[in-house]
Amino acid sequence: MRSWLAQHLAALRDALRRLLAAPLNSLLSLLVIGVALTLPTAGWLTLDNLRKLSGDTPNVQQISIFLALDAGKREISDIESRLQASRSGSWRFVPREEALKRLQATEGMAEIITSLPRNPLPDAFVVTPGDTRPEALEDLARTFSSWPKVAHVQLDSAWVRRFDALLHLGERVVMMLGALFAGALVTITFNTIRLQILAQAAEIEVAKLIGATDTYIQRPLHYFGMLQGALGGLCAALLVSAGLRLLTPPVVELTRLYGASFALQGLSTGDVVVLAAIGAALGWLGAKISALIHLHRIAAP
Amino acid sequence: MITASNVTKRYPEGREALRNVSFGITAGEMVFLTGHSGAGKSTLFKLLAAIERPTSGSIVINGQNLATLRKNAVPYLRRKLGLIFQDRKLLFDRNVLDNVLLPLAIVGHPAREALRRAQAALAKVGLPNREKTFPIALSGGEQQRLAIARAVVNRPAIILADEPTANLDAASASEILEIFRSFQQVGVTVVIATHDPLLLPHLQPRVLRLTQGEMSEEREPASHGVTP
Repeated sequence: MRSWLAQHLAALRDALRRLLAAPLNSLLSLLVIGVALTLPTAGWLTLDNLRKLSGDTPNVQQISIFLALDAGKREISDIESRLQASRSGSWRFVPREEALKRLQATEGMAEIITSLPRNPLPDAFVVTPGDTRPEALEDLARTFSSWPKVAHVQLDSAWVRRFDALLHLGERVVMMLGALFAGALVTITFNTIRLQILAQAAEIEVAKLIGATDTYIQRPLHYFGMLQGALGGLCAALLVSAGLRLLTPPVVELTRLYGASFALQGLSTGDVVVLAAIGAALGWLGAKISALIHLHRIAAP
Repeated sequence: MITASNVTKRYPEGREALRNVSFGITAGEMVFLTGHSGAGKSTLFKLLAAIERPTSGSIVINGQNLATLRKNAVPYLRRKLGLIFQDRKLLFDRNVLDNVLLPLAIVGHPAREALRRAQAALAKVGLPNREKTFPIALSGGEQQRLAIARAVVNRPAIILADEPTANLDAASASEILEIFRSFQQVGVTVVIATHDPLLLPHLQPRVLRLTQGEMSEEREPASHGVTP
């Protein structure tokens, strides 16, 4: 057990030594791996932020029922009781006077509204449904619009659906990018390990001749691939964080102009660990394949 | 210790390097394997080191038949052999000490113990105080001593050497043979493939002679009147 641990430590040390022995080469490899991992990571982060943006916006899951302008108190209470009976969720009545007042409060609208001869706004109900699945929302909207004196039902589910579909598309694109760049990482490691094996051909041959097992010879190569992948992952995390820092001021400005407050979500410590782990796993895979293929070409069975 | 029975080695191109070779070597013996170049010495060396496998026949070392040895058992067999190659196969990018430490690292000895053993091996072959030197700075004879130190650092029961005195002057060659002699005296079986076994007549070695892939045995040098 102790000797097993010592051999692994020795292999890790060996891999580190080889990584540091050619600092420029190593740095270039790390950068290439970092860039390869940056694109899918950035894509994933963007999707994550968009998802959060849609989740943070409660009015997305609201249905507005606008009544006809000639609807009286009786019709309003009729709709109230219908809403009560349908148990579709919580709801709020917005009288036309209140709606007008709110509109007046909005910058630049006051003058326009005072110039109007009469209040153009209808009474409205704002329903926050319990079941927010797009299909359920549409069912509700259909029911509401069949009620008497309902002039218009405004449902945001169409927008939600489009946004959802867009997110799905984005997810697919990020997955494809991820697969592509994972392949790139494996290929990069494959090649680095091939060069390593070529550079150490003499050493590997001698080691084989004096009793080294294949495991012994492959171990430092595997560690090398893992180290390179993990460091590449950290490199990607650094690049993404730097990009985020550059993007934050314009995003804040943009959301402020829309009257919302939204902070870009960066990578968490957990995300960075996962990124490094993914890099390590892919690096290991590339090293493993490369070692299997290239070690057999070296003499001495 | 080593038993070869009816060993034939035929290469794919049809050349028969060894034909029906049989011999036995007992523990603690020192044996010279001689013959002209191309007679099959190096082939036999490769078969004994499990670098190649016989086409037919069997070679048994320490009870293990090399002809049927599983591929993943080969490294463990090699660790029990002290192999000295014709081209020495030293690593020129690491110093003398690191060259000798390599077999110990492969087996996985603790660092302190490994260092002690490597230094002992270097002292034994007469290369003390050269630990930090790189092989390129060593003379031919010194390089050969280094190759021997690396071969014996694992304390093998059998030493196999392929042309260890090739390209050495007579004085260096006899020093190298003396080193082998000292290992044999402490019970190590030593097999030396060489085209010139007459360097040290006083060793009274047992000689296995290969002629065009066939083996005959003789005692050298017979002229000294030594009988088995």
